[in-house]
Amino acid sequence: MESIGDLMGGFAVVLSWQNLLYMVIGIVLGVIIGVLPGLGGANGVAILLPLTFSMSPTSAIILLSCIYWGALFGGAITSILFNIPGEPWSVATTFDGHPMAQNGKAGEALTAAFTSSFVGALFAVIVITLAAPLVASFALQFGPAEKFSVFFLAFCSFVGMGKEPPTKTIAAMMLGFALAAVGTDTVTGQLRLTFGSTELLGGFDFLIAVIGLFGIGEILLTMEEGLSFKGKAAGINRKVVLQTWKELPRYWVTSLRSCLIGCWMGITPAGATPASFMSYGIAKRASKNGDKFGTGEIEGVIAPETAAHAAGTSALLPMLSLGVPGSPTAAVLLGGLLIWGLQPGPLLFVEQKEFVWGLIASMYLGNIVGLVVVLTMVPFFAAILRIPFAIVAPVILVICAIGAYTVHNNAFDVVMMLVFGVAGYLLKKCNYPLAPLVLAIVLGDKAEEAFRQSLLISQGSLGVFWSSGLVATIMSLGLIALFWPFLSTLYGKALTPALRK
Amino acid sequence: MIESRRFRAFVLAASATIVASLGVAPAGAWEPTRNVEFIVPAGTGGGADQMARMIQGIIAKHNLMKQTMVVVNKAGGAGGEGFLDIKGAKGNPNKLVITLSNLFTTPLATGIPFSWKDMTPVSMLALDEFVLWVNADSPYKTVQEYVAAIKAAPNGQFKMGGTGSKQEDQIITVALEKAIGKKMTYVPYKGGGEVAVQLVGKHIDSTVNNPIEAVAQWRAGKLRPLCVFDSKPLPYTDKVAGDMSWADIPTCKSQGLDIEYLMLRGVFMPAGVPKDAVDYYVDLFKKVRATPEWAQLMKDGAFNQSSMTGADYAKWVENEEKRHRDLMKEAGFLATN
Amino acid sequence: MSRSPDDPEMSGPRHRHVEMGVAAVILLLGAITIFGSLKVGIGWGAEGPKSGFFPFWIGLLIVAASAFNFVRAYLDSSRKLFAEWGQISQVLKIVWPMAIYVAAVPWLGIYVSSALLIIGFMRWLGRYGWPLTLGIGLGLQVVIYVTFEKWFLLSLPKGPLEDLLGL
Repeated sequence: MESIGDLMGGFAVVLSWQNLLYMVIGIVLGVIIGVLPGLGGANGVAILLPLTFSMSPTSAIILLSCIYWGALFGGAITSILFNIPGEPWSVATTFDGHPMAQNGKAGEALTAAFTSSFVGALFAVIVITLAAPLVASFALQFGPAEKFSVFFLAFCSFVGMGKEPPTKTIAAMMLGFALAAVGTDTVTGQLRLTFGSTELLGGFDFLIAVIGLFGIGEILLTMEEGLSFKGKAAGINRKVVLQTWKELPRYWVTSLRSCLIGCWMGITPAGATPASFMSYGIAKRASKNGDKFGTGEIEGVIAPETAAHAAGTSALLPMLSLGVPGSPTAAVLLGGLLIWGLQPGPLLFVEQKEFVWGLIASMYLGNIVGLVVVLTMVPFFAAILRIPFAIVAPVILVICAIGAYTVHNNAFDVVMMLVFGVAGYLLKKCNYPLAPLVLAIVLGDKAEEAFRQSLLISQGSLGVFWSSGLVATIMSLGLIALFWPFLSTLYGKALTPALRK
Repeated sequence: MIESRRFRAFVLAASATIVASLGVAPAGAWEPTRNVEFIVPAGTGGGADQMARMIQGIIAKHNLMKQTMVVVNKAGGAGGEGFLDIKGAKGNPNKLVITLSNLFTTPLATGIPFSWKDMTPVSMLALDEFVLWVNADSPYKTVQEYVAAIKAAPNGQFKMGGTGSKQEDQIITVALEKAIGKKMTYVPYKGGGEVAVQLVGKHIDSTVNNPIEAVAQWRAGKLRPLCVFDSKPLPYTDKVAGDMSWADIPTCKSQGLDIEYLMLRGVFMPAGVPKDAVDYYVDLFKKVRATPEWAQLMKDGAFNQSSMTGADYAKWVENEEKRHRDLMKEAGFLATN
Repeated sequence: MSRSPDDPEMSGPRHRHVEMGVAAVILLLGAITIFGSLKVGIGWGAEGPKSGFFPFWIGLLIVAASAFNFVRAYLDSSRKLFAEWGQISQVLKIVWPMAIYVAAVPWLGIYVSSALLIIGFMRWLGRYGWPLTLGIGLGLQVVIYVTFEKWFLLSLPKGPLEDLLGL
């Protein structure tokens, strides 16, 4: 229990009025960053990094990591209110969060999202506190083959369960893979599918596709139905937070499962985005209300938000103990550590005890401060839906355009955003599922990269994916998840006659 | 606190603008007229990005420039996106770019149309070293032992991990293969830190990581440096891992592997900018290089502290481009279309 | 929204025609993917698959699935409407201004274009009075300028007006 003592020391470091002030500033800035699409957590942290050079490393990391928590919290807000995921990991939150807002339950959705985020983060911090060395050695076992198997599992647990016609699901998902393939092939360094266009060099960024498909597409759908946001009539009740809290403990199984998925995905490090999709997919299958997912189920908000935060938080562990960033934001924080003269790696925990445990203590406090800050703002956020559509729509369009521009500082991306918007409108009207498309854009190139790295190492043999216990187990889990609907029908059929007897 | 500094910068910027618009700009010294964009032709978190943000921080902390420096990542097309942006910004004196080897390798490997001749060389900041690393649990204590093991094994059995494809790490790998006379399997990863951890996890057999990418794992006793790809040993004698310092790593050449490779960390501007502007930035980076923060970064990353400006620098870059063309051609990395 | 789009009395594009169009466009994208993959090589080299290997098979799957979707839409005899013309024109009321906006950003800069978009939208569709319209249209630009350029040090596209002001 040495770590408990260290942690208490950490709290002593963090609990100065100055550090608490940095925490609040960080959270508020982070929420703003999370709300503005395109201005991601990585961007926000990178931009503010130089300003922290004159602070002590501990204060600086508190400020920056609180921006990170704030961005994680903030991503949920626009997803729920406007169907615009401000961050990649909040895409899965739109699936049920936005329908909830349309049904007049924006306050409940926001409260559930924030609270779940907090639970996920807290769980991950506890894991970090108690099991840091163990976790680091687990992460070391992940080579390319293991990484591919994790992406494979994320895919399998999410797809193959929609109500849409299978050929449309395939078309949408493969389109996502094709879009992900555009640009530089990281394995051979070759350009592909760019057809000589310099605009396509960087490929299609996931955020631009998402802002268009979800955000702009949603506005077009609303226009078609006349000028109103469905959730307009939402009553703003100050007690909504407490009422939702009473309901949440019922879903403790989903929460716990999502925490575990999130921690695992954060440590491996696959990241928060696959974690949120995977957790949503599994919750949908496991829940008895699974059929209603997508129409505004609170469980469909809890699952992805918990997993995303657990993953986002636990991703900091491989960064500290191995020097491998688990997310783009962690990559920037890593740069910061180097600049402050701290060398992330196995020795950081030994040599910079005060810093490490100060950081871990700030994770506890930062998330508590964050939860308080965002929860007090719930009625305010929900009230945004009362603003008339003719005012809110052009403002959203402008903010989306700026978001699309800031991803790569490229005006062409703004054009692409509009193209994706019209495509999103048409695809949704024609009953094509957008989620597999988006998942393929996010994970497509990473999965392909890991797959081909594995084959390089095995010199072309597919046996590499069943070469060790770890990778074979994950791959098998993936296959089971993929054929789950089929297997459960078989199981049900086998069981029915038995029950009749 | 942040706000007040920003506010001061704002007031300064505003007053500078007013002065400029009244046409009474002080004679003599040129100064940037708006925010200076510092383009990084690579993703966030990499070596070039870290250096650019460090410079941004140093300039802000020591108040070296009245305008603000803004770091912008343009990583698309192996950095081609960033270089094309500079090429297209002809005559814009408020734009800078920091380079990696992709200044030379990207146009050769992908056919994206740009060259250093489309830009104005400003200053060489430093050169980044490369070290041959193996896992500390491996039996290879010296380069000779490792080379002998590769020679004894069939082609492609030994795996070399590196950052990116057809870039510096793979160029060194090809040179290594040529010197040894055996093929290795080159596995490309996205970032240097990941490469180092893959070596710790024994998924690959060796790497040619930059010192800063692998130093943490070395200090923790997980990795072992075999040799450095420079003409002379590193000058840093502080103990880093156990009783070893950077200076204790032998050069590859002294160990019978005649390979030398250093990576440019330099700054360029768009073409057609006024000479005054170039001089301003040359002077700015001179001040940056004189700060204690910079010295610390050089030491942490065991950089080669060569620096050049003006004609010397342009000549150096020209030679380096020629060398890369030859290396890439020999390796068969040139774009076919 | 008392009338349903299934009502044959109303006029507008047929759902199956739009479905066919969408399937055809996706099929075309699939074909482009196959073409692009063939250009970079789709074989299986000594070091595993080449750059075009994955996109090639993905392109094939897209083409196959879209061909199926196209045929199914073609065979669908339902007279269901995609949307009424009135609804379509509502949607176009956003698409056209957005298209002009997107085209204007590189020339006018993002601030001027955004202000024009918001003011136009609020006046034309929302029929709000000038004070509110101008207040939001111009006020938001100031907020954006301060947030992005001053706090987060991100430079947004600028046009002649900003050059004139020296921003």
